[in-house]
Amino acid sequence: MSVLVGSDTRLLVQGLGSAGRFHTDKAIAYGTNVVAGVHPGKGGSSLRFEGETDHSGVPGRDDRYDVEVPMFETVREAVARTGANASVVYVPPFAAADAILEAADAGLELVVAITEGIPVQDMVIVKRALQCGGTRLIGPNCPGVITPHACKIGIMPGYIHEGGRIGVVSRSGTLTYEAVKQLSDVGLGQTTAIGIGGDPVNGTNFVDVLKLFAADESTEGVIMIGEIGGTAEEDAAAWIAEHLGKPVAGFIAGTTAPPGKRMGHAGAIVSGGLGTADAKIAALEGAGVVVASTPSDMGSAMVEAMRRASAA
Amino acid sequence: MKIHEYQAKRLMAQRGIAVPAGRVATTPDEAVAAVRPLIEAGGTPVVVVKSQIHAGGRGKGRFVEHGEVAGVNVVTDGLAGGPAAAEAKVRELAEKMLGSTLVTVQTGPEGKTVQRLYVEQGVRIARELYLSVVLDRATGRNLLMASTEGGTEIEEVAAETPEKILRETIDPAVGLADYQARRLALGLGLSGDAAKNGVAFMKALARFAAEMDTDLIEINPLVVTEEGGVMALDGKMGFDDNALFRHPDVAELRDESEEDPAELEASAYGLSFIKLEGSIGCLVNGAGLAMATMDTIKQVGGEPANFLDVGGGATTENVTAAFKIITRDPNVKGIFVNIFGGIMKCDTIAEGVVEAVKQVGLEVPLVVRLEGTNVELGKRIIDASGLDVVNASDMKDGAAKIVEAAR
Repeated sequence: MSVLVGSDTRLLVQGLGSAGRFHTDKAIAYGTNVVAGVHPGKGGSSLRFEGETDHSGVPGRDDRYDVEVPMFETVREAVARTGANASVVYVPPFAAADAILEAADAGLELVVAITEGIPVQDMVIVKRALQCGGTRLIGPNCPGVITPHACKIGIMPGYIHEGGRIGVVSRSGTLTYEAVKQLSDVGLGQTTAIGIGGDPVNGTNFVDVLKLFAADESTEGVIMIGEIGGTAEEDAAAWIAEHLGKPVAGFIAGTTAPPGKRMGHAGAIVSGGLGTADAKIAALEGAGVVVASTPSDMGSAMVEAMRRASAA
Repeated sequence: MKIHEYQAKRLMAQRGIAVPAGRVATTPDEAVAAVRPLIEAGGTPVVVVKSQIHAGGRGKGRFVEHGEVAGVNVVTDGLAGGPAAAEAKVRELAEKMLGSTLVTVQTGPEGKTVQRLYVEQGVRIARELYLSVVLDRATGRNLLMASTEGGTEIEEVAAETPEKILRETIDPAVGLADYQARRLALGLGLSGDAAKNGVAFMKALARFAAEMDTDLIEINPLVVTEEGGVMALDGKMGFDDNALFRHPDVAELRDESEEDPAELEASAYGLSFIKLEGSIGCLVNGAGLAMATMDTIKQVGGEPANFLDVGGGATTENVTAAFKIITRDPNVKGIFVNIFGGIMKCDTIAEGVVEAVKQVGLEVPLVVRLEGTNVELGKRIIDASGLDVVNASDMKDGAAKIVEAAR
């Protein structure tokens, strides 16, 4: 089937400023079931979304959509009234950590934080707090999560996705789109594509997602896209070698990045000799992962990984 | 954001973290005026004159204009000659150091101009230790690292004698607990007053990191004085840019003269830009894609001139600014625009590029690869502009074409 999100996802949107409204509209056009919004000062009102259906999304819908989304002051109230089971956070950076904590407090199983620029120490506290409960956080600073033709949470362009056999996990937004499009072009498609985000402290790491894909029967292979900074890719390589009985392709960005410089993402930095692309590529190849030499080769690397697995 | 040593020490002193007394000077007269009060308060006639630049290795660094002068100088003339002798030596040093170019292992061969000195009290050093607070990404928590090998680069210690690095992970709900600080003090061989002062120092430093949103604090060396005091003899500090909104006092400490002017201009337009040494300019959306574009250029035999992520919410105006910043670099022999539109629309990029060329002209080859949201519209805008643009089918194709065209 898929992991994390699907046709049973009932989505709540936190933060309906211009970006939140824009992407909520695209999600509804795709066919995502958006059941509630939370925005301080807007409780009791509702937001109307209407337009032309994006037929690359959930099949069998009319050519136009017209949806009224009720707004609430608090997440707890929104969940109680609508049965929302997942949240997406578009709240600005200074208040985003609080929004995540509020979603966790309301008992939501899944929180997807799109916001870029949350202070690291805020995320240190959020991560500590989430260790006490049952909420899974994806992100922050990520494109979101999509299960093709079922549910789109986040800011990715929906139409490049095709339902299929490959799980996608990535620290980078645009490189996820590259991988997804190539998987669609070579006919492998995706089960679910998950952006775990480019920040140094995030809610879900590569290993967490690999475990989900390992347990998902419809996911036949995985492509993981990493970048310089930290050791999450090395940890993933160790887990793949030990546990994952499925073919994996990969790509690591930042071979040419100078040490000590933050490459756009807050987490993309080589410091103290740690987190280099070369070390990550070596670790993945050591675990049997087919690592693409350029992003244009990600699709063919996945095909190669599948070929090797079936030949073995 | 980085700050100077004297600024870091002022912030630490304000929060109860022990540092030697010192005064900042921008002229030789100011440097000389600092000497007597420091000697009178410190009980030692020794002072230290330290260059204030955003780079390490100052002690071993030398000035381009005065090869015999180091970046940091201990002035002992006062021991025999009294305060007047110390003042004379400080004047001589300050006149050579201020306005001169200091080259250290971290500045690159071009060095950095020293605009400020920090004149500091001499300290009777019994031992030199190392202390830092960094983010441990594996646990998502701050980590206090300590070592007996003060004065040495920590990377060197980690490579040669990793057992000499002590670590305590800080639970954000608790802070650095007393037992953790005591464990570190014991590991560092501190006893008596030094142990008590060490524990207080470490707890205050851990609190500082969490409350002030630092992304790095490095105290190297942390010194134990002959009197049992524990204080920061040096202080390197970086702050999380995303948290500066809640620390206006820290944001004010930004020294723009220490930063690359093109990177500063780019950040004013919401662009993430890093200058590199190569000849292929890159304009890309998304940090991962921007890095991968540089890697691909290198792989097909070129060298990237920059990292540039226009971000997801860029306007035509931002894109125009980005294009201008790239073309201003005289090393640039070709430009590669690589876009996978998600939130970013291809037509916005196309309009920005066309507008920039209209304003500043185009003297080098330009390869454009557009994919994603509104790709057809973007391509039509480029075609209709009559610009001499080479289209690329994918990223590798584009990289190969621009490297070839720029030869």
